[in-house]
Amino acid sequence: MKSFSMIFHEEVITSGRMNPEIDPVLTIWGWEIPLYLYLGGLVAGILFFSAYYVIRHREDEYPTAVKMAPMWAPPLIVIGLLTLLLDLSHWPYFWRLYTTLHLESPMSWGAWTLGIITPLSFVWAALWLEDAFPRFSWPFLWIKGVINTIHYFRVALAWLILVLAVLLGVYTGILLSAFNARPFWNSGILGPLFLVSGLSTGTALVMLTAKSHHEREHFSRIDLMLIGIELFMIVHLFMGFFASTEVHVEAAKLFLGGPYTAPFWVLVVGLGLVVPALIELLGVARQKVPVQVPAALVLVGGLVLRFIVLDAGLSSRWLY
Amino acid sequence: MARYAMVVDTWRCVGCSDCVVACQTENRVPLGYCRDWIVQDTWGTFPDLKTEIRSERCNHCHNSPCVRCCPTGASHIVEGGIVLVTHNECIGCKACIAACPYDARYVHPEGYIDKCTFCVHRVRAGKHPACVEVCPTHCLTFGDLSDPNSTVTTLLRTRVSKTLIPEAGTQPQLYFLS
Repeated sequence: MKSFSMIFHEEVITSGRMNPEIDPVLTIWGWEIPLYLYLGGLVAGILFFSAYYVIRHREDEYPTAVKMAPMWAPPLIVIGLLTLLLDLSHWPYFWRLYTTLHLESPMSWGAWTLGIITPLSFVWAALWLEDAFPRFSWPFLWIKGVINTIHYFRVALAWLILVLAVLLGVYTGILLSAFNARPFWNSGILGPLFLVSGLSTGTALVMLTAKSHHEREHFSRIDLMLIGIELFMIVHLFMGFFASTEVHVEAAKLFLGGPYTAPFWVLVVGLGLVVPALIELLGVARQKVPVQVPAALVLVGGLVLRFIVLDAGLSSRWLY
Repeated sequence: MARYAMVVDTWRCVGCSDCVVACQTENRVPLGYCRDWIVQDTWGTFPDLKTEIRSERCNHCHNSPCVRCCPTGASHIVEGGIVLVTHNECIGCKACIAACPYDARYVHPEGYIDKCTFCVHRVRAGKHPACVEVCPTHCLTFGDLSDPNSTVTTLLRTRVSKTLIPEAGTQPQLYFLS
């Protein structure tokens, strides 16, 4: 199974077990799960800022964040749900998720969160469809009536979406951190880290698509703050591991000298966080910088973060 | 309330794998998979080495992370603390596999998650699990820990025993005499 040696002591464990996808290393989750975790975080970020600026009555100041960005939410969340379904090895029974609510299981309340926020993301996008596409208008008068009614209650709906978006963003991390058996995932920081990363990718999408300089600059500053929090959390993630048990120290070593060292520190921390933060800092210092560059880097960095964290968790384990 | 447990005498186990084959036959385990397996553990400093051979399987943990993380309730606990998976409630999300520190579960080729059942169908009929039945060295003992006179209780009272990764907090019910 595994072997390690110290100067005065040897330990060798051999196992006759060779179950597919289990031995010698877990490979139960492929690209589907990290892609879903990424899309879930991105949708959470998009909906969070759209709802937040509706609550603050800044629809006209930040039109891209409030009205344009939500157009991305329904297709992205549907792609995410499809990848989730694709991952299930017994998928014809997926409806069993909705015959029970098991609060101890993050996957259960995550499924319910998705079940509520997915239709709401369609409603929210429909609310801004005419604003987003000026040449479009609703075909029937009654549809227009329904949209107008929802529009009247938009602040209440925004509060609901705000809470659900935070739940969705946190859940994508808690899902992994609830597994005590995989030491690298077993940190309470993972939930907030994935939430902040999701919000950051949401701002990046706004920065990429915003037409006004004012909005781009505003979201670039928010992103700078979020990247700062993310870097802080990553430092604390590793501090937590090094202050913990041997298996957690071993898990952290995967990133400090181990196989994930280069991809994580170069692609996620370097190109995904530090470089975009530096470019955004130049923008704050009134230098002329293209905000599309840090935005694209943040979007790619967030995706790579999910893939690396998932893979590292699967290969970290208890020693016995 | 019964509390089923299995005691493995590592002094007697020779690693013949009869328990593995008996389980595969009894439970029609698909080719290439196993619900129980043999581990050979060697430690020390050459030439002063020690070896322990263990027949391992699902620990039917008292505090089972696989049951807690299951989103549909397919993973559940029945009489005697036996952990089972209901096939037509399992969606194959594999959360329970990620949650098990012993890696005792696998994805059955038909899609649902499968693992050792302590041969619950045999236990309900008053028989021992298949692995216990065939063990040629009688190193496996199955019984009820809530019965003060059962063989498993006596063995744990009179011999030195351990469980695997107790620090994971799962309260495993597979005991190893050493």
